[in-house]
Amino acid sequence: MTTVLRARVGVQLGRLDLDVELTADDGEVVALLGPNGAGKTTVLRALAGLQPLDHGRIEVDGQILDAPEGTDASAPVFVPPDRRPIGLVFQDYLLFPRMSALDNVAFGLRARGRSRADARTAAAAWLQRLDLADHAGARPAALSGGQAQRVALARALATEPRLLLLDEPLAALDARARIQVRAELRRHLAMFPGARLLVTHDLLDAVVLADRLVVVENGRVTQTGSPAEVAAHPRSPYVADLVGVNLLHGHGTAADSADRVVTIAGTGARLTVADPVPAGEVAVVVRPQAVALHLEQPAGSPRNTWATTVAEVVPNGDRVRVHLAGELPLVAEVTPAALAELALVPGTPVWASLKAVDVAVHAR
Amino acid sequence: MRRDRPPWLLVPFAALAIAFLVVPFGALLQRAPWSDLADEVRRPLVTDALRLSLVSAFSATALSVLLGVPLAWVLARGRFPGRSLLRAVVTLPMVLPPVVGGAALLFAFGRRGLVGGPVYDATSFLLPFSTWGVIVANTFVALPFLVITVEAGLRSLDRRYEDAAATLGAGRWTVLWRVTLPMLAPSIAAGALLSWARALGEFGATVTFAGNLQGRTQTMPLAVFIAREADRGAAIALSLVLIAVSLAVLVPLRDRWLGA
Repeated sequence: MTTVLRARVGVQLGRLDLDVELTADDGEVVALLGPNGAGKTTVLRALAGLQPLDHGRIEVDGQILDAPEGTDASAPVFVPPDRRPIGLVFQDYLLFPRMSALDNVAFGLRARGRSRADARTAAAAWLQRLDLADHAGARPAALSGGQAQRVALARALATEPRLLLLDEPLAALDARARIQVRAELRRHLAMFPGARLLVTHDLLDAVVLADRLVVVENGRVTQTGSPAEVAAHPRSPYVADLVGVNLLHGHGTAADSADRVVTIAGTGARLTVADPVPAGEVAVVVRPQAVALHLEQPAGSPRNTWATTVAEVVPNGDRVRVHLAGELPLVAEVTPAALAELALVPGTPVWASLKAVDVAVHAR
Repeated sequence: MRRDRPPWLLVPFAALAIAFLVVPFGALLQRAPWSDLADEVRRPLVTDALRLSLVSAFSATALSVLLGVPLAWVLARGRFPGRSLLRAVVTLPMVLPPVVGGAALLFAFGRRGLVGGPVYDATSFLLPFSTWGVIVANTFVALPFLVITVEAGLRSLDRRYEDAAATLGAGRWTVLWRVTLPMLAPSIAAGALLSWARALGEFGATVTFAGNLQGRTQTMPLAVFIAREADRGAAIALSLVLIAVSLAVLVPLRDRWLGA
């Protein structure tokens, strides 16, 4: 498999200090996952040529597109956006409002010198492939969110880019359209050659659409791997929160390992675990369902029990997430019935318990 | 629609404003020589002035668009020292008494003017006291209206549409022609309408720079001013024609281009 994109994106923009290394292979779908303000969109703009690099390098199929510090042999390079083999689908699509869907799709071909008739024929074929043949004459304002997204996709693909960039492709859609469009988008992305890089802050979008995740936080890559790997072994509180687990940072010593105890960073709180603890920095992962709550001190088997108070109560689907205060700021997930029975509100004193087997520890 | 009903305190002031604007026109209509009106408007004094006013106002509007759109682009997008000063200079004709503008035009383009002198010596072409002079004077006062309207339009334009066009392979010229200008069309239309209105009513700069020659430089406002003492019937007829022409343009276009 050939690597289409090799990039190190270094951009200083206001308070954003971006330094992200990225690759994407032919046929691969890579998702750039991260919280708002992490610099994901800036990465896309830099790749497309809309935001010049401050340092680093962008290479597509071996052709250098941006290299502000020059290369071994040459002076600085900057290829403007209109000469890059890169397509970009914007978050809100940005279809030209005064053109029909067909003319929007034909735009790139016209700009690249194809005749009007030729460009329109090719554009009609693209609309057909994306099941939009009936909407060729429609103005963007008359299209639904899902249709507008497909027109934007057709417009970007019509110029046959080697690298397709999608900025939050599902963010502009309402919840119902999202589910349908997500499935369609996966199918459409699979239909086309080249490398695809999409930006999202939604784990589900990333898991459904991408072969590989690159997690970006605060301008840096914090984790990369297949969706399953990232979900199973979150390396940052952000990812842990996304996959719905508690993540604490801690450290283990040789003595701790013998005792099967891990010390939580910052607070000094200690949790008993079932398996030997690796020495050094560790990530401690606790599923919210594993944290049990009681009004009285529980008797019996749980190895970890502590008194705390409820900080916050947040409904989450058919369960309720209870955020705990104190040295172990964990989230417990309970049923609405249990919540009612315990009469939990912010400030309620509770006892929490956690079995040793439910504390997973990963070396960092 | 409760929210469409104005707060009661606004109503008397709005009514006063309406009265203030409408009563003078009513007074004008009341003095109109209705029986002779058909003959009055057919007099050469009136037809010459009407023709000249329309030619010069539309020409000035066309020139304003041709020159003003590029200038607005430079003011909105350009990065150069002295931009705020340039912006102030561009809007000066809106603030200055038009007579001053007319005098300034004479110093620039008159027979002994800074530019007009050498041009006259070389070609014996004279701008003042010609229809071209009227068009130049009208453009001078009308151009700023177009520039500030289009500049505001450019500033509020979502530049990411231009980014999108660039990623599709469009160079700067294609982006300008196929994306920026079409999206700017409402602003250009609104600016053109304001320029046209300003040019149609232009008096001071025209009379100073181009004079008052019937059939060559005497536009409707000039003709009204000249006729108002000696030939009141003609003055009122001219005024009514001017009102009719203005309404014919404003009624269909104002809501579309200047309203919501």
